[in-house]
Order: sequence, then C-alpha cells, then structure tokens
Amino acid sequence: MSKRKVKETHMPVGECISQVQMILRERFCHQRLPEKPVGMESQHKHLLELLRRTAVHGESNSVLIVGPRGSGKTMLLNCVLRELLEVKDVNKNVLPVHLNGLLQTDDRIALKEITRQLNLENVVGDKVFGSFAENLAFLLEALKKGDRSSSRPVLFILDEFDLFAHHKNQTLLYNLLDVSQSAQAPVAVIGLTCRLDVLELLEKRVKSRFSHRQIHLLSSLSFIQYLDNVRSQLSLPQDFPDTKFYDEWNDSIKTLCEDQLVVDVLQSHYNSSKDFRSLQLLLMLALSRVSASKPAIKPTDLLEASRVCMVDSKANILHGLSILELCLIIAMKHLNDIYEGEPFNFQMVHNEFKKFLQRKSHSIHNFDKPVVIKAFEHLQQLELIKSMDSSTAKIQKEYQLMKLLLDHSQIMEALQKYPQCPTDVKQWAMSAFG
Amino acid sequence: MVRYFTRLRVRRIYKWGGRPYIFDRKLKSYGFEYLNMSVEGQEAVTTVTPGQYILIEGNDDEYPFVAKLLKLFGDESHKQKKALVQWFLRLSEVPQNKKLLLGRSPHPQEIFYYLGRACDDEINAESILGTVHVQHVPEDTPFPEPGTKDTLYVKLSWDTKAFNVLDPVLMQDTSASTPPKPAPPLFTPCASPTATPVSRGPVHHALPTPDPTVMRRAGSVSDTRATMSAGKRSTLEAESIHSASKLSASKILSAKRRGSAADTPGVRKKLQLSIGASPGKKMTRADVLCELLDEEMESEKVVSLKLSSSVSHSLQHGCSLSPMRSGCKTPNGQRRFPWKLTSISLDRLSPTALGEQDFSSDLLLAVIPLALEDEVFEAGLPTDAGSANTPKKRQATPRRNYVRGQKPTTPSRRKESAMAIREPALGVLAEEDSEDSPMQPIALTPRSKRKSAQLVSLRIRKQLNLLDNTQELISDGDDDCFVPSKKELQSSSNEEKTDSEEETVAKKTRGRNCKTSVRTPHKTPSKKVTPSTPRCATPCIPSRTVPARQPGNILEEARARLHVSSVPESLPCREQEFQDIYNFVESKVMDGTGGCMYISGVPGTGKTATIHEVIRCLQHASDMDEIPTFRFIEINGMKMTDPHQAYVQILQKLTDQKVTADHAAALLEKRFSNPAPKKETTVLLVDELDLLWTRKQNVMYNLFDWPTRRHARLVVLTIANTMDLPERIMINRVASRLGLTRMSFQPYSFKQLQQIITSRLNKVKAFEEDALQLVSRKVAALSGDARRCLDICRRATEICEHSASHPSSAGLVKMSHVMEALDEMFSSSYITAIRCASLQEQLFLRAVIAEFRRLGLEEATFQQVFVQHRTLSRVEGLQPISVSEGLAVCQRLGACRLLLLEASRLDMLQRVRLNVSQDDVLYALKPVRD
Repeated sequence: MSKRKVKETHMPVGECISQVQMILRERFCHQRLPEKPVGMESQHKHLLELLRRTAVHGESNSVLIVGPRGSGKTMLLNCVLRELLEVKDVNKNVLPVHLNGLLQTDDRIALKEITRQLNLENVVGDKVFGSFAENLAFLLEALKKGDRSSSRPVLFILDEFDLFAHHKNQTLLYNLLDVSQSAQAPVAVIGLTCRLDVLELLEKRVKSRFSHRQIHLLSSLSFIQYLDNVRSQLSLPQDFPDTKFYDEWNDSIKTLCEDQLVVDVLQSHYNSSKDFRSLQLLLMLALSRVSASKPAIKPTDLLEASRVCMVDSKANILHGLSILELCLIIAMKHLNDIYEGEPFNFQMVHNEFKKFLQRKSHSIHNFDKPVVIKAFEHLQQLELIKSMDSSTAKIQKEYQLMKLLLDHSQIMEALQKYPQCPTDVKQWAMSAFG
Repeated sequence: MVRYFTRLRVRRIYKWGGRPYIFDRKLKSYGFEYLNMSVEGQEAVTTVTPGQYILIEGNDDEYPFVAKLLKLFGDESHKQKKALVQWFLRLSEVPQNKKLLLGRSPHPQEIFYYLGRACDDEINAESILGTVHVQHVPEDTPFPEPGTKDTLYVKLSWDTKAFNVLDPVLMQDTSASTPPKPAPPLFTPCASPTATPVSRGPVHHALPTPDPTVMRRAGSVSDTRATMSAGKRSTLEAESIHSASKLSASKILSAKRRGSAADTPGVRKKLQLSIGASPGKKMTRADVLCELLDEEMESEKVVSLKLSSSVSHSLQHGCSLSPMRSGCKTPNGQRRFPWKLTSISLDRLSPTALGEQDFSSDLLLAVIPLALEDEVFEAGLPTDAGSANTPKKRQATPRRNYVRGQKPTTPSRRKESAMAIREPALGVLAEEDSEDSPMQPIALTPRSKRKSAQLVSLRIRKQLNLLDNTQELISDGDDDCFVPSKKELQSSSNEEKTDSEEETVAKKTRGRNCKTSVRTPHKTPSKKVTPSTPRCATPCIPSRTVPARQPGNILEEARARLHVSSVPESLPCREQEFQDIYNFVESKVMDGTGGCMYISGVPGTGKTATIHEVIRCLQHASDMDEIPTFRFIEINGMKMTDPHQAYVQILQKLTDQKVTADHAAALLEKRFSNPAPKKETTVLLVDELDLLWTRKQNVMYNLFDWPTRRHARLVVLTIANTMDLPERIMINRVASRLGLTRMSFQPYSFKQLQQIITSRLNKVKAFEEDALQLVSRKVAALSGDARRCLDICRRATEICEHSASHPSSAGLVKMSHVMEALDEMFSSSYITAIRCASLQEQLFLRAVIAEFRRLGLEEATFQQVFVQHRTLSRVEGLQPISVSEGLAVCQRLGACRLLLLEASRLDMLQRVRLNVSQDDVLYALKPVRD
C-alpha cells in the first residue's frame, strides 16, 4: 500500500531519466535561449537600446556584433529581439529581415530574399518578380518613399556579415547603410561576424556610411563562472515533476562539480576554449551515458566524454594501419629527422625500409616492391602523406616528392598503443638514426 | 489620335500657302498666311493658319505639345519654315512637385496657358503635327462633361510658379484672330459624314467601360426593353439628322445614304463600296486624322449649340458599332474574323460613324438579326478586304445586331463574349492614359506608355486578370461621366449606354491590333490565366501602426539633430565649393548650354550634400523666376547593378518610361541630340562615378558627350572619391570630354567639424565645449569624415544617458563620455580579443612569436609552431594538447583573424602569420603572465 503511494508522488526512475534526458538535450542541442544572457549585460543593454530607438523613434542605425565563434552573438541578438517584440508598441511595428551570408551568396539572391521577407508588392506567393536591376530599384524606391515617422522600421539582420562584404561592389551593403544614413524609411542594419578585421573589408565609402558601432562579445569568463555555468546547465529546472528525483539529481550535480577529477577535466576544456558550444558537446556526451541503471553523471563519465572530445583523430587512423604501412611511416619519420623536414619520395622511403630489413636478417617483413608501393599509395589516400607538387602527371610515382602530415609525437603515441606491435619495429622507431 | 502620325513615321510635307504678306528686311524673313501640310503619298492637305491651335511634335508621341499658332514665317530661300507660338502646357509637363498647386484633380483634357519665359516660342514649323481644338472654360464653370479627346480645355494659366485664373482676354484674342472659316474644306469625300466627332466624343469618354454591359446584361435583358430603347432612339436619330443637316451639304448626303442603307445591309454595303471607291485613292489613317481634326472644329460648335441632345444622341450611336463584340459571340471559327477586319479599317469608322450608327439603330428597331444574314456578310468579306477597307466595318454592324437578337436566347454565350470583350479592353486600357480615364486603376498606366506594337498581345495576356478588378471601377467611373448626358435618355435602358461603351473599346482595340500582325489569330481567350506578374506594384514599406515617438529630452533632441540623415538648416564650411558649383550650374542653366563638372573628395566630406544644397537653391531661384526652370536628376553608380542601368534610370526619371538599357541609350541619344521645342535644362548628378566604368567606357563616354551636343542642354555633375580618377581610369576621349572643370573637397579640418556640429545642434545645449573640440580634433586627425564625427557625438550622448542614474537627470555630455565613445569606435579590438582568448589560444600566439623569432621570418608552418607550443605548455606546467586540438585552436584564432592561415586542407603544413603586430600580442599577454 505504502509502496503504491510512493509511486503516486514519484515517477519510476526510468521515466525520470527520460525526462532529464529530454530537458537537458533540448538545452544542449536546440540552442534554447536563456532567460537572460550571462556575462554580456552591457552589450545586451546597448543593443536593446539601439533597436528600441529604431523601433520606437524611427532612428536609423547600424551596428556590428563581433565575437569569436560560439561566443553568443546570435543568442544575444535573439534575446534582444525577443525582449523587443514583447513590447506591445513595437511588436507590430518592426519588420525583421534575416539574411545569412552563407545562404545569400550574392546580392541578387539577397535582394530577392529581402523583398520576399518584406512582402513587398512585387512578391506573388513565394516568388519575386523582376530582374536584378528592377528588384534593386524597387527596393530602394520602397525604402526611399518611407520616412522616419510614418513607415515601419526594418531590421536587417545580416548573419556572417563578412561574407556580404565579398559581394560585387558591396552594392547591398552600400545601399543598406546609405539608407541608414539618410532620411528614408528607418532601418537598423545589424551585422554578426566573427572577424575582428571586418571593417577593413568594407570599401571606403561603405565604411564611411557605417556608424562604426561595434559590440564586441569577448567573454572574459573566469573559471569559477565557467564552473557555475556547468552546474546550471546540468541542473534540473524547478518545475521538474518528481521532486525527490529533482533533489537527488541536483545534489549529485553539485557534488560532481566539486570533484577534483571533474574540475581538472573542465579546467583543461576551459583552457582550450571558453565557448559554450564545445562545453555543451562535452556535457551532451556525458549525459548520454546516464541510464536508468546509472541515474547520475559520474566523474568518470565526464572524463570519458572529454577523452572522446579531445581525441587525436590522426593517431586513431594510425591504429588501423598494417605493420608494413607503419614501417613506412617510421621510415619517413627517420627521413624527416635526417633531412630536417625536406620532402621525400617513395624511393627514399623504400631504401630506408630496406636498410631496416637488412639489419634484421630474419625478416618477416620482406615484401615485394609493388606491395610496398600499394601501401605507400594507401597512406597517400589516407592523407597521412601529401604530395608536394601539384602536377602529378609528369613525374613517376616513385619519385614524387611527399611530405609527412604527422608529428613525431603522434607516431610515437600510436606505436605505444598499437596492438601487438613487433618489438623490432618499435625499437627501430625509437632509435635516433635508422 | 495624333499618335498615329508619329508612329507610322510618315513623312509630312509642308508647303507655304498664300503669298508672303510681310517681308522683314532686317531678318530677311517672310510671313505667310497659312501652311499646308500633307502626308507623303497622300493628297489630303491640312492647312494651318495663325490663330489656330496646333499640336507640335514632342517627346511623347501620345501627348504632343499644344500651342497656339501666332505667326508663320520663313526665310528667303523658303527652306526654313518657322512658326511663332503661344505654348500651352499639359499637366504632365508641369513639374511633379508643382502639380499639387492645382489643388484639384485635373480634367483629363485640361491644358494650361503658359506664361513662363523659359520656353522658346519659336519653333520649326515642320514639327507641327496638326490642329487641335482648344476651348476656354471660364473659371467658375465646370468642364463640359463629355469632351472629345481632341478637344482640350483651358481654364488656368501657369507661370512656372503657380496656376492663375486665365485672363479671358488672352483667349478671346485668339478666337477673334481665327479666321471665320476655320478649316479649309475637307478634300476627301470619304470623310464627308462630318457629324462623327459628335459621336466620337462620348465614345471616347465611355471608353474604359467595356464590362458593365456584360454585367448588366447578365442581369435581365428582355425584348421589351430593347424595343423600348429602340423607340427612344428613333427620336434621337431624327435629331441627329437635324443637326447634321445644319452642317453641310456633305452631311445631308450622308443622311440620305443613311436612309437608303437602312433598307438592307446589302445595299448599305454596296453604297459603302462606292463611297470607298469614288475618291479613287487610298486613304491612310493619317489623312483621316487630319480631317478629323478639322472636322472637330466644326462639330464642336454643333456640340456647343445643342449639347445635351447631340451628346446623348451620339451616345446612342456608339452602341451600334460593335463589330468586335459580335465577332466574339459567333462561334469560334468566326470569332477571329472581325478583329482582323477591324484592325484594317478601324480608324475609318469614325468618319462614317454617323451613317453607320443610324443604320444600326434602324436595324435594331427592326430586330432583323438573322444568323443567315450574318453568314452572308462573312462570306462577302474576303473580297472586301481585298478591295476597299470601308465596307468591312459596315459589315460588322449587322453582325452586332445579330448578336443582340441572340443575346437573350443564348445566355451561355455571354460569358464567352465577356471574355472576348475583356481582351480588347485590355489593349484599350493599356493605351488609354490615366488622363483620359481618371477612374482607371493606376496600375495600368505605366505600361500604357509602352508603344512597341509587338508587345500588345503580351500585354493583353498580362492584364487579363487585372481586368477583373478594373471592371467595377470602370463601371463606376462611366456612370459618373454619363450623368449629364442622360437627360433625355433616362428612360432608355442602361444596356444601350453600355453598348456604346463597348463599341469604343472595340474600336480602339482594332486600332491596336492593326499595328500588330493582322493575320495572327489571338490566342488569348483560350490561354490559361497565369498569376500576374506584379508589373506595376508600388514600392512602399508598410506604414507603422504606432506613430514614432518624438525626442523627449535634450539628449534625444541632440541625437536626432546629430543623425547624419537629418537635413541641416545650412551647410557650413563648404561656402566656397557651394558658390563654385552654384555659379557653374546657374550659368549653364541661364545660357541653356551644357557642361560637365567633376567633383572629388574622400567619403563624408559633403560632396553630395553640397550639390543637393545647390540644387535646392537653384530650384528656389527658378521658383522666384530668377533663372529658367530646369530638371534635376540623380543617379548613383552604387545603386545600380550594372553600369548600363544608368541609361535606364536616367530615362525613367526623365520620362517615366521603362525600357531596356540598349533602348534607353538610343532614346536618350535621340533626346539629347535632336532639337526639341520647350526643352528645359537637365541637371544630372552622377554619384560614385567610378562604378560606371566599363571596359569600353561607353557609359561614361555618353554621359560626357551628351552635354557637348548643341541641343542637349544637359549639365552633368559627377562625383567620385579620387582626385585623379579621370587620369587613372578614363581613356583619353572620355577624359577629354569630361573637361577640366574639377573641384576637390578637402577633408574637414577640426574647426570645420566643430562648426558643423555646433550648427547642427543649433543652440541645443547638450555638449561641453571641450568635448566637442576633442571629437572634432580626433576625427580631423584620422579622416576628416563628418559622418564619423556625427556618429561619435551621437554615441557620446547615449553613453551620457546611460551613465546617468536617471535618464532625465543626465547632464551635458562631458569629456569622459566622448572619450569612451572614441575608444569604442577607434580602438582596435585585437588587444581585448587576445586578452579574452582562452589559455591555449594565448599560448599558441606566444608559440607563434617564439617560432618567428627563432626563424627570423614572419611566417611559419603549423608544425613548427606546434613544437614551440608543446614546449611552452610544458614550461607553463600544462598538459600538452594533441595535434587535433592544436589545429582547432589555430583555426579559432584564424576565424577571428588574429592569425592569417592558409587553406586548412594543408593540415600541419599550413603556414601561419600574425595579423597583429608582435608588440601588440606581447603587450596584450603581459598582464596575463604576471
């Protein structure tokens, strides 16, 4: 009886876990906007004020949001837009136009997209009629007809702003910025970019029309804040149905974050990059190890996840090579040592390899040359070695100059982990000279 | 109608008539009594005498210039024929911004007595197209309602500044001077039924209403109604005979003919044939037009005499004329036929209209309509087509009657006819200008300007669906128009009226069709209606629901004033440049010559603003009548997709035409190289000239060549950023045409910048004096760009506002705020970026520098740097990272452009360079190391 009662208030563990998975996965993968952007309050205020003035006062503006990848540019903008659109006056007053430099690869497409999103009168259904020139003239005319007080403000949001600067003559940017600097329909041009030198890309007259407002999103997040963030990212929200599980989970997260192993893992991640996207990837991997039988994230999970994140992909490829291919790699390493990184060709590698074989009289690695060539070609296909000269047609295969795309440390590490690596091969690799 | 003249490009021959009556010894010129015009190959001659109103060839074929002929004179050799005229303006010729001064919607046929001085009143007599009737309407009386298209009304005068009530003396003067016999007799017997113009009046007027007929008919059409209306008509007919008899013998003749023709269609046909044959010559449309014009003069009097009756009568006439419609109603095979005919004979309809109309009304009374009869007509047709054109249209009439007979019985057909009607209507609508039909949807007008005949069918198709909407509009408009004329007709059915309208539509269409290929069958009705291309969409941004808030406090006010977009009251610091440009343009405008000017300067030095200011002042001066009027056109190289679009944009701004680039170039070439009366100077501003560069440089060449033409009257002001642009990118012949009138705008000095801000703020006390000085000094030192300066000030006000605890308590903008704004805008973000980078990224940067130092080069491969990186991380006591991770770090720095990287497929061999100076990196990293 009592058991049944408990069941009424507490869901079974499996259900709880699936709830947790759902909530956290959504948080990590769907890029849900946070309630309030953390660590960028002043930028948030600046942008919000700017857009609010455009929306309410009809003041034209242009602004660039600059920050490295994963620093939260889009998140900040979306937060601001969300907040802006919550204001009743503004809601029906602004026309946001979203463009992305990766999608609108030239002005023609961009113009059509703008016209479509503004739903101007030359749009029928989903199609925009008229030639490029007509579209441009039409849009400019439309913007020109508007004025500060009567027409709706248009928010042009240009994602990957730097790519727009590569369009021919920068016509689109010139015109948008020119509108923002003249008494026409109020517009706000918001550019998002990760390039710090984006202004240098702009032509001088385009640059002159840009207001030079830049909002830099450079996170000066300390490790303590980083840890806090991890905790809040993993914690369950208040409205979790099962209170008992909620408490248990949040406690386990708290202890997890105090674990030295976890702190070390996070520290190394923090050292590598501060952005949240890579952190979310790490947490996602750890989260996927949670199941009904193991209803909490353990420090080892995080460690394992971090190992997966930080794995060296090339060393992994090395593990899958044959002994012959590995021998060739070692021969190349020696050649690199001897000639200080000068390129080599197959013949040199083969000679080096033969020298190794001669030393070991009882060689089991006695292969015919064609077999060795095949192995060499396989390495080339794996892009572990790279041909130096582009014109491969002229030169015979054996004499093409190659370079090794592996670091010594990677080779040595791979050899250590290579399953059942012959000791003589290992020794050959270790020895200073072939 | 006159447009046919020009479209056909007929060569007109002008001859002096009468003896030279004056001989001016000084000018060695003779005055002449009248001028005979004839079209080549035709014998019909139109005579123009001083005192008459004439049409003069202009830029717009459809709307030629109107003027009153004052004097005809020529030189000794009789080679040059000149004429002295008093100009009249159409509303379309009044500058766009002045149109509003009229204060009411203009009458479609309204013209204005021109009192300005800017236009040359001496014209080449050979540009006279023909005569036109102009009627003076006293100020307080309304316009006569159903005016013919060829009658124009004068009510006001225009003196380039305002519309004034026209002194009737001016007009009376003219009427007194007109000779008692206004027009010489018409020379072609064919054109004898002079009553036509009367009938044509309402016909034209009713023009844009093809569909109400169909709609109404669909309601309830009964035979009783038809007969009733027919009864009414008979009385009207009598009246028309009466009026006609008054006019001339020829008209009586026509009346007779009418009587005889009424018996059977066959007889009528014969009669027509004979009429057609008797002149023994082929008449071109042009001839007919000439005559029509003359006829108009006469007929107009009749109209004025018995306005209401004749008008209503003519209305009746109109209804009988729809061969078009009848054609539509016949089964498919026949349907095309009438169109073809009509396309040939269309224009001729009008001269003989009276006779026809009467016929048809007779026919209507009798309700003869038999399908058989119709067939007969059809059969007879091909021969007619071969010989003379006139009979064919005759033939159309009975068919229509037949249709009428059929109508009530075959309601299913109605739809078809509606469709068919719609099609012609399209052509008409397109052709009709908004002037003619104020009710017509605006959407149609831009297209109507297009004249290429080949496009007609295309246009029809395009506008097919538009028509559905226009129907209602049109029908409304038509009702209004007809109210006064209905006096006598009130009992007669609506049906009739609408029929007449239909007719006009049909007539018009044929006029169109004849220009396209006559033989091509129209496929339109069968074609599926595709979603319309929004040809005439009006470009506009939706208006906001909540009005924009006005600036609330001083800082907001200052911010609004400092926005680059706000137009300042004056333009300080460019007085010299302003004066130079002003003088240049003014002198050119005064002399009526052309010229080029090249203006250079770095961005944000007020080039465009100064020119706009100059133009504003000149406009003002021309408003004050100090200088002649001129037109200002602006194009911007950056605002077009292709240099050749410049032509299109110029032409569109000059004439509102939309054509292709090549065609536009040809039209502009023609416009600027040919002399044209009433040409005013055009001032063309070409911004961002360097963007108009093409390999052959023909766009630039043309732009600079046109001003050198004698008749161009074009002033070209060009703007670009570099001073040596002409030498750098222009080939010699282009640079030479540009000339040496150059001006360069120097970057603003700090004092000028300060003055600009102060003048913009205009006593709004928002800044500390020192703060302003700091901004202007800083900007002057960096670029001298006024835009930058204003932007910084604007940002400073924001910072000031934010820093204050309460928005209202914010005081003046102080030095600190300005410093912050300057920092934000000018300081490089690299150092902050490095400081905010992750530890591994910072380490990598240090590794890069270490490797550079080791190599003594500014470039290293990733592999080399990575070795350094490992060592460094060991020194720092960090776990060395894997190569993959190292590459990720490197890529992240590359994305921010702190590092410049090669393509990433080179993997470890990609070369790395710093995008920041080494010192900056070390400086940025120093505090971290501490």
